[in-house]
Amino acid sequence: MSLRLAVLGAGAVGGSVLDLAGDYGHDVVAFADSSSSAVDPAGLDPSAVHDRKERDGVVGDADPESVFDADYDVLVEATPTTLGDAEPGFSHVERALADDRHVVLANKGPVAERYADLRALEAESEGTVQFEAAVGGAIPILSTISDLGAPHVTAARGVLNGTANFILSRMAAEGLDYEHVLAEAQDLGVAEADPTFDVDGIDAALKFVILANVLSDGETEYALDDAEVEGIRNVPGTALDLAAEDGRTVRLIGEATADGVRVAPRLIPQGSALSVTGTQNIVQLETKHAGQLNISGRGAGGPETATAVLSDVSRLE
Amino acid sequence: MSAQDLDGGSDAEADGSGEMPKPHTIRLELADEPGQLLAALAPISDNGGNLLSIFHERGNLTPRGHIPVEVDLECPPDRFERIVDALRDAGVNVIRAGAEHFGEEVMVILVGDTVDSDLSDTLHRIESSADATLQDLSLSAREGTDEASSARLRLAVRSGRVDETLAVVRDLAAEKGLHVVEPLAEGSQ
Ligand SMILES: NC(=O)c1ccc[n+]([C@@H]2O[C@H](COP(=O)([O-])OP(=O)(O)OC[C@H]3O[C@@H](n4cnc5c(N)ncnc54)[C@H](OP(=O)(O)O)[C@@H]3O)[C@@H](O)[C@H]2O)c1
Repeated sequence: MSLRLAVLGAGAVGGSVLDLAGDYGHDVVAFADSSSSAVDPAGLDPSAVHDRKERDGVVGDADPESVFDADYDVLVEATPTTLGDAEPGFSHVERALADDRHVVLANKGPVAERYADLRALEAESEGTVQFEAAVGGAIPILSTISDLGAPHVTAARGVLNGTANFILSRMAAEGLDYEHVLAEAQDLGVAEADPTFDVDGIDAALKFVILANVLSDGETEYALDDAEVEGIRNVPGTALDLAAEDGRTVRLIGEATADGVRVAPRLIPQGSALSVTGTQNIVQLETKHAGQLNISGRGAGGPETATAVLSDVSRLE
Repeated sequence: MSAQDLDGGSDAEADGSGEMPKPHTIRLELADEPGQLLAALAPISDNGGNLLSIFHERGNLTPRGHIPVEVDLECPPDRFERIVDALRDAGVNVIRAGAEHFGEEVMVILVGDTVDSDLSDTLHRIESSADATLQDLSLSAREGTDEASSARLRLAVRSGRVDETLAVVRDLAAEKGLHVVEPLAEGSQ
């Protein structure tokens, strides 16, 4: 069945959803950035929209609000992740649910910072909220947990920030210092100009907070403030040298367990499942009856994240 | 980069295998007669041991009808053999001696500019406030860079006390302005 998508956010993720929706048999009927929108009930032409954005800095002539007046089935929320009140993402979700539409989030803010509020709105609506893309890009982590059943998964741990992992694994492999590798990562587009969210562990913490919310199945609500978070800025090359001498390495590991959420640089054996290199991500699920499950892959990127968004959309059919 | 491996090395102050006292446990059997315990403890202090605790399991008899006693003591590692020999020479039945209780091993890395300057104080305080004993130590500093130095500690920890030991290390590091890279216990295979 073909679904009509309204996409908020015209960046790496929103833009890729626009490009790939057709591949999944869906139409993007409305598309907005921060100052404009394009609406076409027959489905938008991706290249025309991209050209307009590139040429004029807008996606169309309508204002962003017009998206909500379009006839759509699923709102795809891909505006920037914000902390605290998680706005404007949260209000976007609220509006779509009030109109009994489904919501698929790439934005981590509403599910990490206001999980209970979000679930309460969902309960009042005919629409549902899905957010596979918010945790680990293309890696099907939440759908795996949902298949296993959250009560059968006792913990999740792993590496969910490609930037921090790239930096630590390069430092370890090349004997280079943090500043040097950070600059290299920025040149390669692996790290942003302001890398704070990634290197201070906030991005990873948001993802493990979301996992904790999913695993606790409504019993306890977690937000970023409940997480113990330490980034990688204080891991010097000397620590990686000492770890390597003993067959170990250091990775920024997140944990969502019965004890809560913690993100910190940790010592792990070299060559162990969690010691992924480069921008690779991995999550290890601890199950009650079936031991550990490891799922790894690309945790970020436009097409990768759009793939998770469109898998969520397809589940609604 | 210079990684100084002090594992079993000659630097007695820093590596803990020389003068620095370590905790040990000795299990004895004593006949249920007055004066037995005192007699058994003399060889310990006579040979440089420092008594930490004595657990006298009065209600509990060994198959031979003796009373089991567990003695925790602290002594430089090279004195320990001598103490056990002296006990046996004095006719005390030593059932088990050594650090058998330190059944778990934990590796931590401490990071900070001051990590090497007051290392012996750090180690001493970890050993005296946690159920842990230092097994080996390595230091690393990169000369000519402004990168912080690091120290890798391998601790033998009393079974079931890993979390407490890590908490002690964390508190101490916070007090000294150091960072700790802790091991990930589970799920790392
Ligand atoms: N990139 C990834 O790999 C990845 C992976 C997982 C999750 N995510 C999440 O997905 C979301 C989007 O990421 P991204 O990389 O695509 O970000 P991005 O490239 O920075 O794009 C953000 C887009 O949101 C638009 N926007 C801002 N405020 C808006 C508003 N009020 N209404 C409508 N549009 C608005 C921006 O408009 P302008 O163009 O006008 O500035 C921009 O087009 C974020 O929440 C991010 O955390 C990203």
